[in-house]
Amino acid sequence: MPKGPASHTIVALVQDRPGVLNRVASMFRRRGYNIVSLSVGHSEQPGFSRMTFVVNGDDHTIEQVRNQLDRLIDVVKVSDLSDENVVARELALIKVQATPYNRSEIIQLVDIFRANIVDVSPDSLIIEVTGDEDKVDSLLQLLKSFGVRELMRTGRVAMLRGANAYPGTPSANGNQ
Amino acid sequence: MQLTGGQILCESLIREGVDVVFGLPGGAILPLYGTLPQYKDRIRHILVRHEQGAAMAADGYARATGKVGVCWATSGPGATNLVTGLACSSMDSVPIVAITGQVARPTIGKDAFQEIDVTGVTLPITKHNYLVMHASEIARTIREAFYIASSGRPGVVLVDIPRDVFQEKAEFGEYPTTVDLPGYKPVLDGNISQILRAARLIKEAQRPVVLAGHGVLLSRAMDELREFAEKTQTPVITTLLGLSGFPQTHYLSLGMPGMHGVAWASLALDEADLIIGLGARFDDRVTGDLKRFAPNAKIIHVDVDPSEIGKSVATAVPIVGDLKRVLKQLIANVEPAIHVEWMAHLDQLRREHPSLYIRPTEKLLPQYVIREISEVTDGRAVIVTGVGQHQMWTALHYTFKEPYTMITSGGLGAMGFEVPAAMGAQVGVPDRVVWSIAGDGGFQMTMSELATIAENNIPVKFAIINNNFLGMVRQWQEFFYNREYSASGYTKNPDFVKLAEAFGILGLRVTERSQVRDAIIKAMEWAGPVVVDFVVEEEENVYPMIPAGTSVDQLIEEPQMVEERR
Repeated sequence: MPKGPASHTIVALVQDRPGVLNRVASMFRRRGYNIVSLSVGHSEQPGFSRMTFVVNGDDHTIEQVRNQLDRLIDVVKVSDLSDENVVARELALIKVQATPYNRSEIIQLVDIFRANIVDVSPDSLIIEVTGDEDKVDSLLQLLKSFGVRELMRTGRVAMLRGANAYPGTPSANGNQ
Repeated sequence: MQLTGGQILCESLIREGVDVVFGLPGGAILPLYGTLPQYKDRIRHILVRHEQGAAMAADGYARATGKVGVCWATSGPGATNLVTGLACSSMDSVPIVAITGQVARPTIGKDAFQEIDVTGVTLPITKHNYLVMHASEIARTIREAFYIASSGRPGVVLVDIPRDVFQEKAEFGEYPTTVDLPGYKPVLDGNISQILRAARLIKEAQRPVVLAGHGVLLSRAMDELREFAEKTQTPVITTLLGLSGFPQTHYLSLGMPGMHGVAWASLALDEADLIIGLGARFDDRVTGDLKRFAPNAKIIHVDVDPSEIGKSVATAVPIVGDLKRVLKQLIANVEPAIHVEWMAHLDQLRREHPSLYIRPTEKLLPQYVIREISEVTDGRAVIVTGVGQHQMWTALHYTFKEPYTMITSGGLGAMGFEVPAAMGAQVGVPDRVVWSIAGDGGFQMTMSELATIAENNIPVKFAIINNNFLGMVRQWQEFFYNREYSASGYTKNPDFVKLAEAFGILGLRVTERSQVRDAIIKAMEWAGPVVVDFVVEEEENVYPMIPAGTSVDQLIEEPQMVEERR
């Protein structure tokens, strides 16, 4: 039985060509798939980038997303890392109000979360936190009581654990 | 050897086997036109009257010949005028390379005169597109464009070239023979374990049918389809775009299913226990309501495009691969079978249902005109249609006997296709008879190409099925909008005979049943292009009809059934 909607982490290796982000985004928009987050950066191979998508959908939708991504000429490889043994991280910068009276309390929280303070001003701090979404969400929740002035979050990036590189991707077509 | 970008483009096209280009000049593409006279003995240029005509002519050329069709246009409005034609080719997987001029590099992004982001505009209607920024990249890009357009699931590739890149000089040496596209490697052979699973289902099936689509023709798998069907004694249903992929006179041919298909084909899909989809994409015009489609059937789906499999219907056995190869694999692995009861049942359905019945009347019926064309041409003409009632009547009443003879805008459903596509088809197959079965509405969308046809003496025979209506719109209004013929009637159509004559083309008018055959014969005996205005019964409807979004149990086969339903 197909499972209901779930969050999937899809990683695509793409050629660095002008417009590749546009092609990918256009495909998602036109087919009506919803991107929860997207992050893009260079890969270990010159001329290739890696995109990490978080997409919500049932198995059928996710299979379609993968096939439609694969169909783009500039997309070299597509992997669904959701069920894999993966490390997934995102980074957030949080600008939080801080007074001389509560600054140490904030620093304690930052320590507990193994986050960093990367900027200090008389009435605010910038905190850098890295981790999975739950961790970032939890810290953010705790910091809200101090007053969050600004928040910047990257999308998720994900990588398979162990020595394996990204698995060859049988693109859900029966030709495994 | 140092050549200009324009020369490199022409040299590359010649190496790709291009012998004809449909186009229209303008500012940004002028340098290419400056180069073209040097190549006039090797590249034939056909000057269209509107760029949509260029794109659709290239489409007709490609569908009639199996080669890649080529069109080009200038920047801005030239390029946007191509769009409907390119969308049509894209929806129907027709191999096209379109080249557009772009404003010069320094002015890109500055909203220059006639500047449009063409790669952006055409992104969703191309398989791939390029903006070429250096003359040195033209040869490689053209090689890739032709490879992508013609391989895997064919499609449209657009190459946008700035004006000054046509003028820039670059070294042109060896033309590349290979491509380096790490993200594009179509799977051609079917996975053998899936082939064996399919063979098992085929063996177990009591009521199997093949649903054959455009893929049969695109993959040139007509012989294999026939061999497979005969070996397994499986009846063959053909989609609109697959119509000429299987001879309709064959004892296993059931014809077209779906919204306006014959009842027995739709019922066969409904009752089948196995549907073998071969290069067909289970379009909504075939399936109707997906929840009620083929309730008893397992589906084997063969397609070269993995994203088509499972897109609309759940598949028991998915096979990705080139249809010709997969069919060879299947033929080698299936056992001969017979389905006596099933075949007898289908024969009975065929006898019971009046899907191809034409009511007896002295009036001039459109179906009759198409039957007569079918008979006079022995089902062997290349037929090009527009979109609407006349298209469906052609699908129902023309008996297609040879491949690549049904050229129609299926997926996009673009009215106006009938004029330029017929022109392009005739250019591609100059020795064949090409009949364009046109609607009076669609014909008026693109009839400016009659000038191109006359200028080049392209001997297309046009049969305008003239009912003074946007006929299919009128039919829907009759059925579903209380006969409120809102903006579907033409109160003053042009005189199509005089119009043809104004273009220097023979015009004929037929208003009586008794004149039909003589007019068809006269048109075919005439060496040049002909326009025959068949003034037909205005409120004739296409039957059968399965209303959109319903299923075969809602099939309307005769006029009184419309009344009963209402």
